[in-house]
Amino acid sequence: MATSPIEIHGLTKHFGATVALDRLDLSVAKGEIHGFLGPNGAGKSTTIRVLLGLLRKDAGEVVLLGGDPWADAAELHRRLAYVPGDVNLWPNLTGGEVIDLLGRLRGGINRRRRDELLERFELDPTKRGRSYSKGNRQKVALVGALASDVELLLLDEPTSGLDPIMESVFQSYVDTFRDNGGTVLLSSHILAEVEALCDRVSIIRSGHVVESGTLSELRHLTRTAVRVDLASPPRGLAELEGVYDLEVDGTRARFSAETARLDTVLAALVDVGVRSLTATPPTLEELFLRHYGDQLEPTEP
Amino acid sequence: MTGWALLLRTFLRRDRWHFLWWSVGLAILYVSQGWSVDGLYISQQDFDEAAALMESNTAFIAMTGPPRALNTTGGQVIWQSAAFGAVTIGLMSMVLVARHTRHEEETGREELVRAAAIGRYASLVATTVTVLLANLVAGALVGGGLAAYGLPVADSLASGAGLALCGAFFTGVAVLAAQLTSTTRGLYGLTGAVIGTAYLLRAIGDVGSSWLSWVSPIGWYQAMHPYSGLRWWPALLLVAAAALALSVGYLLFVRRDLGSGLMAARPGPARAGAGLRSGFGLAWRLQRGSVIGWSVGMLLGGLSYGSIGDQAGDLLGDSDLTREMFAGGAEDLVDGFYGFSLIMLALIATAFTLSAVSRPRSQEEAGHAEMLLATGVTRLRWLAGQLAVCLLGTFLVVVCAGVGLAVGYALATGKGSGFERFALPMLAQVAPLLVVLGFAVLLYGVIPRLLAAGWALLGFAVVVLMFGEVFRFPEWLRNLSPYEHLALAPAEPFRIAPFLVLLALAAVLTGLGAFAFRRRDIA
Ligand SMILES: Nc1ncnc2c1ncn2[C@@H]1O[C@H](COP(=O)(O)OP(=O)(O)OP(=O)(O)O)[C@@H](O)[C@H]1O
Ligand SMILES: [Mg+2]
Repeated sequence: MATSPIEIHGLTKHFGATVALDRLDLSVAKGEIHGFLGPNGAGKSTTIRVLLGLLRKDAGEVVLLGGDPWADAAELHRRLAYVPGDVNLWPNLTGGEVIDLLGRLRGGINRRRRDELLERFELDPTKRGRSYSKGNRQKVALVGALASDVELLLLDEPTSGLDPIMESVFQSYVDTFRDNGGTVLLSSHILAEVEALCDRVSIIRSGHVVESGTLSELRHLTRTAVRVDLASPPRGLAELEGVYDLEVDGTRARFSAETARLDTVLAALVDVGVRSLTATPPTLEELFLRHYGDQLEPTEP
Repeated sequence: MTGWALLLRTFLRRDRWHFLWWSVGLAILYVSQGWSVDGLYISQQDFDEAAALMESNTAFIAMTGPPRALNTTGGQVIWQSAAFGAVTIGLMSMVLVARHTRHEEETGREELVRAAAIGRYASLVATTVTVLLANLVAGALVGGGLAAYGLPVADSLASGAGLALCGAFFTGVAVLAAQLTSTTRGLYGLTGAVIGTAYLLRAIGDVGSSWLSWVSPIGWYQAMHPYSGLRWWPALLLVAAAALALSVGYLLFVRRDLGSGLMAARPGPARAGAGLRSGFGLAWRLQRGSVIGWSVGMLLGGLSYGSIGDQAGDLLGDSDLTREMFAGGAEDLVDGFYGFSLIMLALIATAFTLSAVSRPRSQEEAGHAEMLLATGVTRLRWLAGQLAVCLLGTFLVVVCAGVGLAVGYALATGKGSGFERFALPMLAQVAPLLVVLGFAVLLYGVIPRLLAAGWALLGFAVVVLMFGEVFRFPEWLRNLSPYEHLALAPAEPFRIAPFLVLLALAAVLTGLGAFAFRRRDIA
């Protein structure tokens, strides 16, 4: 089996006294778009910067495209493209010059795709760095990355500042990139983007990956909200395993149930007799809030 | 205009250090001339002779202004300081206006301010008042300083007032430029061009076609003739010109949108040219402006030292102090003076080298290094590209200084020997410069935060050069300055050993810095 493009085991990184990464594990398979999520300061950018060989790891194993991201940085970089979340352009270079420069330094740029991308993103390449708006600076880096023929995209909040139309242009290009066999690590706070694009996601908190899997696997670990109107007042619901926050009002009940135990819960309801029922699967927001917020205990995998 | 007083208060608070440093600097520029003139010429006869020499030196006149009453302290002060003072106060006004206009618009802060309950003109009025106040403070300090030094009061005040009015004129120009261009750089470019032209016009005018001096605001200031038959009416020309520039600026201000300028920003190339394909290509592109500017500056600096020619001895006067300071033990005062000039020029060139070598750090801080290092460029190549431009620039700047010296000397004396006596030894000064460069690279590689300590080394070298002899610094302390090791050209013959040792030291320092840089985190 060829090693996957990104394999990280037990990665640890300190900045003085702060522990930015704490025994982080992450694995991204070839041909997938991997969402990388977590609250501010969780360590997403730090992970990506270790992958780029910009930061030196303190401990752990990191394999990038089969190589060592620190020792083989330059060779590996020819096979990947990176978009930082905060793109700073050289004030006196035009966007077109930056795109070409970065492309050349990466070892070549696909001219046809470059022009097509400029058009799709409605980006004027003749403006100078200082006169671009935030979103347009971001587009310069995106066009540069997407126009290169690479195997891997490392995207650190690449769409912060893009308007919704540009967001969808971005999504269609990343989709195509994956369909052609490319691999993407996408750090993002935009949940809709993650839901639309990602095959698998990893959630990081305080420098440690706390959850990793496909979206439906993650959903499985959370609770479904249930509202039900029964034939008679419910009995024994509260004792059922996997039922939380039960509120009973006559024959009506509201509660949340562990998605993995919905079977037994529903069976119990059917025993009483169901008149009407709505079940709402957890939204992505709820899924993440569960991991982001402090009040909810993280589930150790 | 609602709210302008409030803005004025915050501007004054933000600018208080600018106020202080610029005006103190200007006052020192003027008063120190008086001090140095009085120190240099002990007898009036010495003074008269030196003055006669200066009056006949065209290069001096082009640099400073029309020679009047040069055998008096006041005459010397205004001759030596007025043109530079006017340029300096012009630069101050330009920087301060840019700070509160284009810079604020570029960063989007102006938008926040204007969105508040504040009149449309408020921030422009507050800016204008702030900068005019800064001019006033500088003028008052200069005038007061000169009077306190003991020069005639009315003439001293006129020197300060004329200076402040020059500042007011350039303030008007900067306000006008702020409406025309849409960027801080554009403002600097336009205003700088006006300041440069004003200086150049009076230079040509003072040397030959005197009507040109009457087209230049700096010429008007000098036409007030402080300390040599003071007259006030040319000040009216300055007042009128300042008022005109300001009113046009205000008229244009209402005709433009926030964030834009009346001159549309020029679009640049849509594709990168052939030169932009390596770290070096990029570094050159980013630094070429400063390399060219410094080269021209050093050429002029060399010219001005060189044009003193063989008069150096007579001009300086033959006091013990001058012997100690300039001759450094050399028998011939002329040789001694040029030995001193070579090191002085090398020290000035070091300022270029240090500012060039700080670029990698600012590129790293701005996140530009990150973008490049995420491509196929290795760290070493990236750093090498940056340093290659530093090296090339340093070399160019030093060559220009040497050529300037030799050409200036040839113009003044008709002798071509300056190339061999000054220009070649000037080249050898590359060695100590590279040691400072290596020291800076080492700092950058190991503790980038402390990169500024490179300037401390330069400062130390300046102190050693100026005061080492006079205050009898111990040998070991003087040897810490990299500039103290080369043979003292043109008095002494070139010695290869110290030159090579300095180069080797520079190479080791640079290598260590690069090694450390390869192993550390990129910010
Ligand atoms: N150069 C640095 N020096 C010191 N601390 C740092 C440095 N870079 C990152 N950190 C710290 O490491 C931790 C992780 O930061 P990181 O930038 O990786 O977070 P992130 O997940 O990308 O957050 P965000 O969503 O806000 O981008 C933070 O606590 C941050 O303060
Ligand atoms: Mg981040």
